[in-house]
Order: sequence, then structure tokens, then C-alpha cells
Amino acid sequence: MIAEFGHFALISALCVCLVQVGVAFSGAASGASDLMRMGDNAARAQCGLVFIAFGALTYSFVVSDFSLAVVHANSHIAKPLVYKIAGVWGNHEGSMLLWVLILALYGAAFSVFERAMPQTLHARILAVQGLMGIAFLVFLLATSNPFSRLDLAPFEGRGLTPILQDPALAAHPPLLYAGYVGFSMTFSFAVAALLEGQVDRAWARWMRPWTLLAWVFLTLGIALGSYWAYYELGWGGFWFWDPVENASLMPWLAGTALLHSALVAERRGTLINWTLLLAIVTFALSLAGTFLVRSGVLTSVHAFANDPARGVFILAILALFTGGGLAVYGLRAPASSRDGFQPASREALLVTNNIFLATATVTVFVGTIYPLVLDAIGGPKISVGAPYFNAVFAPLTIPFLIMLPLGPMLAWRGDTFSSLFGRLAPAALAAVLVTCGLALTRSGTPLLALVLLGGAFWLVGGALTDMVERLRRLKNLAQTPLLSAPVAHAGLGVMIIGIIAATAWRQELVVAVAPGDQLRIAGQSLRFEGVRERAGPNFTSEQASLVYLDGPHEGADLRPERRFYEAERSQTTEAAITTDLTGHLYAVIGEPVDGKRVVRIWYHPFVALIWLGAVLMACGGALGLVGRVRLAGRMHQSGGAA
Amino acid sequence: MGCIGLSATRVVSVVIMLALIISALSMPMLLSGAAHAIDPGEALSDPTLEARARNLSLEFRCLVCQNQSIDDSDAPLARDLRVMVRTRLVAGDTDAEIRTAVTQRYGEFVLFRPRFAGHTLILWLLPLLLLGLGGWLARGVFSRATSSDVE
Repeated sequence: MIAEFGHFALISALCVCLVQVGVAFSGAASGASDLMRMGDNAARAQCGLVFIAFGALTYSFVVSDFSLAVVHANSHIAKPLVYKIAGVWGNHEGSMLLWVLILALYGAAFSVFERAMPQTLHARILAVQGLMGIAFLVFLLATSNPFSRLDLAPFEGRGLTPILQDPALAAHPPLLYAGYVGFSMTFSFAVAALLEGQVDRAWARWMRPWTLLAWVFLTLGIALGSYWAYYELGWGGFWFWDPVENASLMPWLAGTALLHSALVAERRGTLINWTLLLAIVTFALSLAGTFLVRSGVLTSVHAFANDPARGVFILAILALFTGGGLAVYGLRAPASSRDGFQPASREALLVTNNIFLATATVTVFVGTIYPLVLDAIGGPKISVGAPYFNAVFAPLTIPFLIMLPLGPMLAWRGDTFSSLFGRLAPAALAAVLVTCGLALTRSGTPLLALVLLGGAFWLVGGALTDMVERLRRLKNLAQTPLLSAPVAHAGLGVMIIGIIAATAWRQELVVAVAPGDQLRIAGQSLRFEGVRERAGPNFTSEQASLVYLDGPHEGADLRPERRFYEAERSQTTEAAITTDLTGHLYAVIGEPVDGKRVVRIWYHPFVALIWLGAVLMACGGALGLVGRVRLAGRMHQSGGAA
Repeated sequence: MGCIGLSATRVVSVVIMLALIISALSMPMLLSGAAHAIDPGEALSDPTLEARARNLSLEFRCLVCQNQSIDDSDAPLARDLRVMVRTRLVAGDTDAEIRTAVTQRYGEFVLFRPRFAGHTLILWLLPLLLLGLGGWLARGVFSRATSSDVE
């Protein structure tokens, strides 16, 4: 009954969504403010209804209602409660319901919080959001109904893929979707403003917080996915250039470009057209990501829905919104500004930033689809994998890193590079010295790794210099957006240091050991104590013990596991990780061989900096957001008083 | 004020060229990823040869679990290929010879880093072309500055 209630709520949400689009568009066209206000109410009602549907599905998972096909296929009575709940989005239908929920949440949040802009623009944005709501609700109801029943309710479910039963992966999809779907707002902003015929600096100012919000979520979502892969997939890799990872990286790169170009649009009133285009393309890439993952076009662990009908439907949505968005752009884009830039100005460096980020986005895109396209036109079957992307991205990264610290320290409109010389000399000197020191002490470090490390040190140094300068200018807390850029840029530097250090200085040991055997890696000795059996809530496991014989962790042990999940009839490898100031010791166990046990231990130096850097980047984004929200609140108050 | 700035595009292009040269020189050395499938006793005792084996293994796609390189894969086929790579390395083959041998047996699909040829021209040259195009488009924006931006 609860499930039918949820199904009914979804259908009602679709009806409300139709109303939302109708009244908001016609209200904006005729200037009828009561109709436009009705659009606001519809957005909130739609959100409430989708929330009810989501709650109904969650309830069905919690009580293990196996008469629902989705619950039967993805849950199990013995599963811990938290994974019963996470199981809601650990499958195609539920994850698409989550997508629709987040879409509705953005619409409702917009209707509640965004009050400063002209009412017609506000209404049109909600109308475009509503169009997307319609498309995805129809998709959900027609091809992926999460509430469809089985004729006979089985007694037990088939369980959730064990590698998905993990805290990081429970949180990964909601964060990622909050990012993907967040860019629907930028799409709506662009299309609505084009329909409105009024795209100016104020528009860019209103759009930026929504872009920033989506970007922060996407950054965290990708980082969490990467961290999960690092500790769960059992060999300590953090980025594989897997097509699905690429699908999330593309909107991130385009969204990052958008953040920066919107800054130019807001401050100088130029690059408006480019910003509009990026706003449309970023969301199109989010949709393309969904299509690639959901359609099963790509072979990947993420692709749990290999139903061609769904793929075609999502492809239609993708074509409709991308094509529609670009068509509106083509027909209504304003005449491009004739304003020029001084080459030594912040906006000029922001343009350079956009050239690099756009190149990176297109490179990932082409690299990902190239094999498919080549195959489709009858060419040879080829693969494009990590070695290709590493080879292309390393040279792109170096000039990007060298130029990045210059931008935020140049003044708007016009400045000179020579004014930077004295301010950035300490950072440059420090970067060179540290890099030379590393070259001398860590012999055997590849030249490219050293150059990239040097660039990353320079970036961190430059960001710190910038931060100090901006802190001096900071007068009150409402100005925290000033710190947004240096924090995020320092985060990028920290992340790159982590990536390079963990790649260049990794150590590895693969041995077969018997209980009592000693092994030595990264200056530390460990003794293998043997393997014991252990029972978990819905699995049994073999747990090894490796005791530290010296060093800071003496006496403590690493306990890598292999888990066997009875319900799903599969096993997972659980790595054991010790964290030090300088890195991770990462151990996994393999199968027994001739009375011995294969033990694999890696030393991953400074690897945690990768995710620390990502979190710093997200913090930088959030800083920009906090100040902006406060500023918007003030403007709203003063607007109300006037 | 503008004259220092005007050389910026030239500085940028020199920086890019330098970076490309440096990275082209040192490229094959950095790209050693982690592995989890290599078994005890598989590794070669000579560290230089073993390093080459690892870098090569990362370039070959496992045909059983298709999203992993043979260095990452647990599949027996991947193991056979790893052993073959090492045997040939010990026999004195160059990296290029091994790539050719593996491609001849399993087809181009096995290469995670596509070879530079007619059908992959776009793939390899696109990033450079895009940077060039971006720079060229931006040049228009910058050159207008001298006439319109009088400040």
C-alpha cells in the first residue's frame, strides 16, 4: 500500500510539474504575477510529492518489502539498516528517483531563496526546471518505475552488490547527483535569460552561487568516489580514467570553467555569450554522463542498467535539452561584446584558464567516445585508457600550473606582470628550492614528476601569498568570498602534490608468507601472524594480522580481510590502512597457496593529500557561497526597505 | 603599461612549448600505476627490467576484465601476457618490439595508449589544436584592448 502511495505521489508530481511549466511560462509572457507565484508554489508542491515517493521507496527497503521488484533485486533481510537505506539508490530505478528528488529540491530551494531577481526571469527559470522535471518523471514512470510489484512476493531478496555496501559509497551517489543536477540550475538560468532577452552582469551574479553550490557537491562526490575506489578495489589506485569517472570529470571541468567565466561576466560584463554556452554545455555533459552510465554503452562497474530502451529514452532527453538549449542560444544569443582585455589583467588570465579547461574537457570527451565513434564508422577497434590520458594531461597541466597563481593577483582591467614580480618571488623561490631539495634527496624521481611537483609547490605558494594579501584587505566576515579563490587554488596544488608523490614514490611488496614470517617495506618491519575466521552481520571473513615490529606503530597491527557475502555469493577484499604523516601503509591478502598466504603491501606516500586537496577546493567553493548568501540576504533586505 | 603585457601571449606560448618538450622527454617514466594482480615470484630480479615490465603492463588492456590493464587484472590471460612481456624483456626485446608482438597477437584493442597513426591522428593532435584555437580566438580579444580600452 505504501508503495502504491509512492507511485501515486510520483504521478501527482508529474501533473504538478506540468502545471508549473504552464503557469510559469504563461505568467512570464503575460506579466501576470499571480500566475508566476503559482509556479513557485507548484515547484514546492512537486518537491513535496517527490519527497513522499522517495520516502515510500525508502520505507519499502527498510521493511524489506520483497513484493517490490527493486527491493527484491537489491536488498536482503540480513543487510544492516544503513545499507538497506543506501540500497534505495544502489540500483537504476532508485538512483533515478534520487535524481528527480534532487532536481525538485533545487527547484524548491530556488523558489524559496532566490528573491532578488526580476519576477519574469525567476518564473522562466522555474519553468525550464519544470521541463526537466517532466522529462525525468516521464522517464521514471515509463521505463524505470521503482514501485512495480512482483506477482509473487519472494521470501528473500537477492542482496546488494557487496562492494557497494560501504559508507563512502552510500554517500557518493547523493553528492554526485547534487552536483550533476545542480548544473540543471545553470542550464535553466541560461535558457531562461535567453528567452527573457536580458543577459547582463546581474544575471551572472545571480547564477554564480548556484554554479558554486553544484560545483562544491560535484567536487566532493568525485573525491568520495575516488577515495572509495582507493580503499575498496584493493590495490590503492585512486583514478583509473574509467569512462564513468570521465563522465563525472567532464561536467566538473566545464563547471570549473563556467565558475571562472561567470566571474568575468559579472565583473566586466563581457564573455557573456561564452558563459551562456558553458552553462548549457556543463549540464549537457552531466546528462551525457548519466546517459553513458545508465545506457550500458560503456563497459563499467557502474553500469547496472543495461536496458537499451532506457538508454534510448535518456539519449532522447539528452538530445532534446542539449539541442533545445543550443538552439535557443543560437537564435537568441546577444551580440557579442566588442570590449577588449589588457593582456596583463585578471580577466585575461581567466580567459587563459578557460582555454585550458575547455581543452581539457574536450580532450576527456573525445578520448572517452573516440573508440565508440571509430567503431561505429567501421574503423579498427581501439582502446583509450589511462596511459593516453596521463600522456596528454601532464603537458596540459604544467603551463596551467605556472600561470594559475598570476591570475588572482592581477588587478581587473589593467595591470603589469612586473607588479607581480616582487610579490610572487618568495613563492617561486620556495618552489624551486623545495623541488631541488627533492631532486637531490629522492634520487630516481622522474623529471616530469619533479616538474609537476615544482608547479604544484608554486601554486600552493602563490595561493598562500594571495591569501595573506587578501586577509590584509578583509574588513569583516561578509567579505569571506575574497578567500574563496586562494583556498580552492591551494587545494588544487595540494591535490596535485598528492597525486604525483603517490605515483612517483610508491613502494610495493608482493610475497607469499607463512605465520611468523617477517617482511620489510618503507623502512618498517612487520610480522605475519596468520589468518583467522570472523563473522560479520551479513558476511564471514578471513582476517589476517600483520604486526609492526618497529617504528611509531610498534605493537599495533594491520588487519586486511577477505569477506564472503553469502546472500550475494561474492567476495570483497578489504584493505587495511595505517595512516602516517608521510603516507599510508596499505595491505591486502590474497588466496592461500601451499600453506602460505599471498600478502600485498604498498606504501602510498602523501596519498591522503589528494582528498585533502579536494576537500580544500570544496571549502574554497563553500567560502564563496557563504559570503554570497549573506550578501544576497542583505541586498534583499535593503531592496525590501526601498 | 601595455608593452609588458603584449609579450604575454608570446611568453605563454614559449612556456607551453617548453612544457611539452620536457614532458615528451620524461613521459614514459612517470606512468607507473599501482598493481594488485602480480603474484609472488612473477617480478623480475633486475629492477630496471621490472620497471619496464610494469610500465608496459599498464599499457595493455586485459581482454577478460576489460576495464583493467593486465597489471591490475587477476585473470589467467592477463597473467600469461605479463609472463610473456617479462620473458621477452629478459630476451632483450625493446619496448616497441614487445608492443608490436602483443598487438599482432591480440589486435589494437589491447593497447590502452593507442598508437600514433592515421586513424588516431585527431585523438593525439586535438589537445594541441584546441589550445592553438583558443589562443587564436583570445588573441582577437586581446588585440582589441589596445584600441578600445583607454585607461
